[in-house]
Amino acid sequence: MFKLIPRENVSPVLSLLGPLFSVGLTMIVGGILFYFLGVDPFAAIKMIFWDPLMSETFSTYSIPQIFIKGAPLILIALGLSVGFKANVWNIGAEGQYIMGAIFGASFALSLYPLESIVIFPAMILIGVIGGCLWSMIPAFLKVKFQVNEILVSLMLVYVAEQILALASLGFLRNPDGAGFPGSRNLNQYTSASNAEIIAGTGIHLGVLLSLLMVIFFYVLLFRHSLGFKIKLLGNSPKASGFSGDNPNKLIFLCLTLSGSLAGLAGIMEVAGPAGQINIDFNVGYGFTAIIVAFLGRLNPIGIFFAGIVMALTYVGGELTQFMLNLPAAAIQVFQGMLLFFLLSFDLFVHYKIKLKGNK
Amino acid sequence: MNNKIENTLFQCRAINKEFGNVRANNDISINVRSSQIHALLGENGAGKSTLVKIIYGLLQPDSGSMTFLNEEYSPKSPKDARALGVGMVFQHFSLFEPLTAFENILVGLDKELGEKELHASVIMLSESYGLEVNLSSFIGDLSAGERQRVEIIRALIQKPKLLIMDEPTSVLTPFECESLFKTLKKLASEGTSILYISHKLKEIADLCDTASVLRKGAIVGEYDPKKMTPRELGEIMVGQSLFEPKRPVAANKSNKVLSVKINEVKPDTQFGVTLKNIDLAVFQSEILGIGGVAGNGQEELMQVLTGEKKDRNVSIKYMDNDIEMLNPRERREIGLAFAPEERLGHAAVGNLNLLENSLITDPNKRFQMKMGFIDFSELNEYTNEIVEKFNVKTTGVSALASSLSGGNLQKFVVGREIGQKPSLFIVNQPTWGVDALSAANIRQAIVDIANTGAAIILISQDLDEILEISNKVAFLTNGNLSIPTNTMDIKTDEIGAIMGGISD
Repeated sequence: MFKLIPRENVSPVLSLLGPLFSVGLTMIVGGILFYFLGVDPFAAIKMIFWDPLMSETFSTYSIPQIFIKGAPLILIALGLSVGFKANVWNIGAEGQYIMGAIFGASFALSLYPLESIVIFPAMILIGVIGGCLWSMIPAFLKVKFQVNEILVSLMLVYVAEQILALASLGFLRNPDGAGFPGSRNLNQYTSASNAEIIAGTGIHLGVLLSLLMVIFFYVLLFRHSLGFKIKLLGNSPKASGFSGDNPNKLIFLCLTLSGSLAGLAGIMEVAGPAGQINIDFNVGYGFTAIIVAFLGRLNPIGIFFAGIVMALTYVGGELTQFMLNLPAAAIQVFQGMLLFFLLSFDLFVHYKIKLKGNK
Repeated sequence: MNNKIENTLFQCRAINKEFGNVRANNDISINVRSSQIHALLGENGAGKSTLVKIIYGLLQPDSGSMTFLNEEYSPKSPKDARALGVGMVFQHFSLFEPLTAFENILVGLDKELGEKELHASVIMLSESYGLEVNLSSFIGDLSAGERQRVEIIRALIQKPKLLIMDEPTSVLTPFECESLFKTLKKLASEGTSILYISHKLKEIADLCDTASVLRKGAIVGEYDPKKMTPRELGEIMVGQSLFEPKRPVAANKSNKVLSVKINEVKPDTQFGVTLKNIDLAVFQSEILGIGGVAGNGQEELMQVLTGEKKDRNVSIKYMDNDIEMLNPRERREIGLAFAPEERLGHAAVGNLNLLENSLITDPNKRFQMKMGFIDFSELNEYTNEIVEKFNVKTTGVSALASSLSGGNLQKFVVGREIGQKPSLFIVNQPTWGVDALSAANIRQAIVDIANTGAAIILISQDLDEILEISNKVAFLTNGNLSIPTNTMDIKTDEIGAIMGGISD
C-alpha cells in the first residue's frame, strides 16, 4: 500500500519541535479520552498542566512536589539515556530502583536504633550498589552469552517486586507495627532519614543530586571521551571495535551505570518521600523514566525538562483524581500517549510516506 | 558515411532521466553498430548504469527515443527487451545458489523449451564460445568467473542481437578476463553487438571498437580507443589531466618494520575465509601490495593486522616487539595506522560529524586532556588540517560523514590516518569507488609517506593500482598468500597463474 522512504535532509527544527508537538497532541487526544470518561476535558487538562503551577490553592504544595516527583524520573532517565545511546536497552530500571531501596533500607534498619553520621552516606552507597548489582545480572548475561538485555532486565522487575513483597511482609516488617506489612519508617530514624533540605517543602537531597547529575551527564556525554565511546558504539559496533574499544566493557558499563542511578533514586525515595519499604513502594518511575529519556531526546538538559513535564502529569494527575474522580489508570494512558506521539512524530521527521500505486 | 547509418543496430536520441534534482542522463545519444563492441566509459556516477537500465527496460526515460533494428524501441520491462533481442549480464549476479547451473538457465527462460533441447543448445553455446561450465554443479560451489559464464549462457540462449555487459571484469582474475574477452570478440565477429560498460581503460583499449565517454550524465564524445592511450582516454573521462604516482624510490632493506606469520586462522562466520600459510615482511620506505580477487581473505587479513581479531596462531612482530595480542588502539599508540575497506560503518560513521570521526582513531590520546576530557580546539585544528590538505569537499568539519561523497570520505579517512604520521600504514582498497583524480591523489599521498620512511601494506583488488605503486607484490587466493616478489620482476601472465592457481 505505502512505504516509508528515509528523508535526505532531516530538519533540526522539526526534530526539536517533536516533544512540544507530542505534548500538544497528547492534550487533545487525552482530552477526548477524558470526555468519554465523563470528565470535562478542559477542566482536566487545565488541572494537569496549569493548576499545579499557577493555582493559588495548589501551587505552594504542588511546585515542590513536581521537583520531588521529577527527581527519581530524572535520575533514572539520565542513566537509561546513556545506555540507549549505545543501543543498550535497560527496560528494568523499575527493578533496580526497588532493589536499591531494599538494599539501602535493609542496611540502615539492621543498625536501628544506633545513631551515627556514617549511616546515612553508607546507606546511600549500599542503595546504589543494590541497583548496580541487579543490573549486573542482565549485563553479565548479555556480555557472556548474548542474552537479550531487554527481556532479562524486564523480567527481573517482577522478581524484584516479589522480593519487595517478601521484605514488606517478612524480613523488614516493622516489629512494632502491629503485624501490618511494611518496614519501620526511616523518617523516624534520624541517622537514616533523607530529611528535607528546605523546610516545609519536602525537597530532599535526591532533588539536589538530580540537578547535579544533569550537569555531570552533560559533561560526560559531550565533553568526555567516554561519552564519545558510548555514542560510537551505539552508531557502529564495528567502528567501535576498529577504534580499539571493547564493546562488551562498554555494554557492561552502560547497564551498571543505569542500574546504579536507579538504585540511587530508590534509596533516596525510600528514606525520603516514601519513608518505608512497603508492598506498594514502587509506582512505576522506572518505566516512566523511559518516556522521560526519549522525550528529553537522550540529552541531559532535555531530560531535565522532560522530567519536570512528566512530574507535572503525576502531580496534576493526582489532583484530577481527587478533584474530578479521574481513575489513576487514565493518567498512565495519558503518559503512554506522550511516548507514542513522540515516536510517531519522529518517524515522520525521519521518513516520508510514499503511496505505492501501479504506474 | 552512408555505410555507417545502414550499419546501425541500436540508437538512442536525447535520452533524459532525472532522479529528484539529479540529472542522471542529460540528452544522451549513442549509436551502436552491428558486430561491434561498443564501450560505455565513465566514472562511478557518470550515468552509465542509468542509461543501460533504460535500454534494458528496467527504467523508463523522462524523454527521448530509441530505435533498435530500425524500429521504434521502448521496452516496458526486461522481458520486453529480451523478446526484442536485447540481453544483459549484470555486475552482481542474479543466480540461485542452491540450484545447479543448468537449472538456473532453465528457470531464467521466458519461453517454454524442452529440457533436452535446451541442454543441447547450452552445450553447443558453451563449446562454440569457450564458456566452460559444469552444468550439474551447484552455483554455490562455482567461482565468480564460472557464475558469470552461466549468466552469459543464460543471456545468449535468447539469441540477443545486443548484449549489455555491466562491469564484467570487476570480479574476475586476469586469466578469466582473457577468456571472457575471447568469448566477446567471437560473439561480435558473428554479428552480436556488445555494449560494454567499464571504467577500466586498459581493457577498453584491448577489446572495444568504439568508446562513448560519459561525464556527469552527458556524453562527452565518441572515440576510437585503439588510437588513443589509456591515459588520454582517462583524461577525457575525468575531464582533467591526470598524473601517475611513482612507486617509492628505494626500500631500506636493513629496517624491517613488520613481519607477519600465520599458520592458520579460522573465520568467525561460516562465510569467512580461513587464512593459512601467510608469511610476509615489509621494510621501511616500502610498499607491499597484496592483490587478489575479492573474498579471498582480504577482510580477514585486515582484521588480524588491525587487531580487531586476535588469534594465538598469529605472530606479528613490529620493530622487534610482539604485537599480536594488542588491540587496535594499542597498535596505533606504537605507530601503526589502518584504513579498512568499508568507509561507512567501519572506518568512519555516517551519523557522526567529521570532528567525531577524527576521534575514532586517536593514537596517544592526542585529542584528550587530563582525565579523558576531549580537547576540542586540538581536534578542530587537526580535522580542519586534514580537510584542507587532502582537499576534502565538505561544508565544514561539523558536517556529518554521510553527507560526503564516497571519494571525499575516502580522502578524509586516508588523510586522517596519514596525518598521524604512522611508521606503518595498512590500507585496504584505498581507491575503491573513488573518482580517478582523487584516486591518483590518494595513491600519491601513500607514496609520499613511504618516501619519508613509512612502511605500507596496500591491499587492493585493483591490479593496476598495485602494479603502479608497490615495490613488492603478493596475492591472496583462498586465504593463502603467495610469496612476495619484486613488482619489476613479475609478468602479467604469471600474476594470472598465481591468482587463478588454487581456485581453478
